[in-house]
Amino acid sequence: MTKPKTPDKLGHFGIYGGRYISETLMPAVMELEEAYLKWKKDPDFKKELAYYLSEYVGRPTPLYHAERLTKKAGGANIFLKREDLCHTGAHKINNTIGQILLAKRMGKKRVIAETGAGQHGVATATVAAMFGLECEVYMGEDDIKRQMPNVFRMKLLGAKVVPVTSGSKTLKDAMNEALRDWVTNVYNTFYIIGTVAGPHPYPMMVRDFQSVIGQEARKQAIKITGKLPSLLIACVGGGSNAMGLFHPFLEDKKVKMTGVEAGGYGLKTGKHAASISGGRVGVLHGNKTYLLQDEFGQIIDTHSISAGLDYPGVGPEHAWLNDTGRVDYTTITDKEALEGFQALTLSEGIIPALESSHAVAYALKAASKMKKGENIIVCLSGRGDKDLNTVSKAFNFEL
Amino acid sequence: MTKKTEKNRITQLFEKLKAEKKKGFIAFITAGDPDIGTTKKIIRELEHSGADMIELGIPFSDPMADGPTIQASYERAVKGGVHLTDVLKLVEEVRKESQIPLVLFGYYNPIFNYGLKKFAKAAAQAGADGVLIVDLPPEESDEIKSELDKNGVDLIFLLTPTSDEGRMSLVASKASGFIYFVSVTGVTGARAAVSSDIHKYVKRVRKHTDLPLGVGFGISTPAQAKEVCRSADAAVVGSAIVSIISKNKGPNLIKELGSFVSGIKRGI
Repeated sequence: MTKPKTPDKLGHFGIYGGRYISETLMPAVMELEEAYLKWKKDPDFKKELAYYLSEYVGRPTPLYHAERLTKKAGGANIFLKREDLCHTGAHKINNTIGQILLAKRMGKKRVIAETGAGQHGVATATVAAMFGLECEVYMGEDDIKRQMPNVFRMKLLGAKVVPVTSGSKTLKDAMNEALRDWVTNVYNTFYIIGTVAGPHPYPMMVRDFQSVIGQEARKQAIKITGKLPSLLIACVGGGSNAMGLFHPFLEDKKVKMTGVEAGGYGLKTGKHAASISGGRVGVLHGNKTYLLQDEFGQIIDTHSISAGLDYPGVGPEHAWLNDTGRVDYTTITDKEALEGFQALTLSEGIIPALESSHAVAYALKAASKMKKGENIIVCLSGRGDKDLNTVSKAFNFEL
Repeated sequence: MTKKTEKNRITQLFEKLKAEKKKGFIAFITAGDPDIGTTKKIIRELEHSGADMIELGIPFSDPMADGPTIQASYERAVKGGVHLTDVLKLVEEVRKESQIPLVLFGYYNPIFNYGLKKFAKAAAQAGADGVLIVDLPPEESDEIKSELDKNGVDLIFLLTPTSDEGRMSLVASKASGFIYFVSVTGVTGARAAVSSDIHKYVKRVRKHTDLPLGVGFGISTPAQAKEVCRSADAAVVGSAIVSIISKNKGPNLIKELGSFVSGIKRGI
């Protein structure tokens, strides 16, 4: 069977993806694509990437059988892919290592990034510090307030954190501002996008760098359980950790996959960040995908308790996988995510990020409906230290 | 290439300017800032004071190619409830009293959301002559271009200082009306000086096309407009005009705009 090549040469996944950017940036993304296609096959590049992933990030991350959580759900076995144990506390660094190695080879002296929860910002500031590149991170003013520990970490790492005060003051506005910076400093600057979105080649490239999650998990599952898992679960904002876990399993027809979007106060309230479950097709930030927008095509303010999921779009490959039916997409509300957070913390002694808590909450629901002996892999994309303020407020607990 | 046999207002304008050995002045404003009624009056004044063409910004929530001045302007218009449908109505109104060439200037999502076919028809019926979509490079433009072609509306493309010969030839192969050359690598907004490289760029673009060239981004004074028009066919001024509109809520607005625009026109 020949599988359709995705994306196509211009970065399309079905009708999604592509390159919707200003003409000034077209040569820059074409140069990036050319560099990526060249270096990804280069033995020295591959060796260097593998070295840093193992010795610096700490890969492979464990696939941990969460026995008490499994018992609590009362059904399928729940395994956690422990991306929270990566250096800097989330999967984001898998991608920033890859991109900074490219930036270095392309002779760029300066990197910029957008960040929501601050995890991608920290991961970018970290690799910039390691390689001695100048780094600026754009972050919405509202996110700066709710993710203070990460702001401080970025500053300690020598990055400049630029507060973004336009629009909704969250991740989408940070991305607008990063694009404005890039168009202005295009000759010397490398834009490290943190998710599987943006103009081609970003969705493909970030997916490839994150696929290490699924490649490891696939081998580990076979080694530990002797078979492939029945279900994969990951949270989806832009969708990089989900794409990283899912992609190496796409050909395994019997492996089901569910992406969990941020349901906020509930889909019916309109206050959520579930672009696939509650949005329509549109064009933003360089790609065609599902977007949360009003009847006039204006992008609307999103809401999620988790800053990392608080984005009105989703990676174009997710949009396509939804339409083809290969992956199911569902939602978990803020309240359910907090329950997931608590369940994992109390039953396993692991404090998850609020983003990942969405996946945990859905795993509890799904496992209870599945047979004992079936296996679920949940991508535990990050740890929860950065969320302690938000969680303490939600639980009326004084820090 | 437009299917209609008669030349549209953009082509007519540039032919006329050429015959008279003159250069053009293109003024950008955001539709609906401060409100649609005032925008109509502003257009009347711009034309009266010497603007040869109007670029009418379609308000969008996420204008990532724009600097602070136009961002704030779009934000005011969106807050005021002005969207693409209102902009099309405004064009229709303006057309009742003026034959000035009008280009709709904006981002792709509101247009995509409206429906490409429906938009092309509505834009032509209202009396728009061209459409410029900042985040739509030629690679993604085939669908809307064919719809606009059917309706005799030009799709205006951009070239920039980063464009190599390959990009120039690609854009030239699809462009109609005129080509908009972005004078700086950056977002819209006033700059202290016009890059001296501009004439070199214009010369390079001319090797690929016979279409007229407008130069914009960063042009805010009569001297700057004059400088770019040494080689270009027209100068575009946007943020400087939008800035006057944003600062002047009183009855003097129209007068002040008029004197600013005539100053630019004299420079050219």
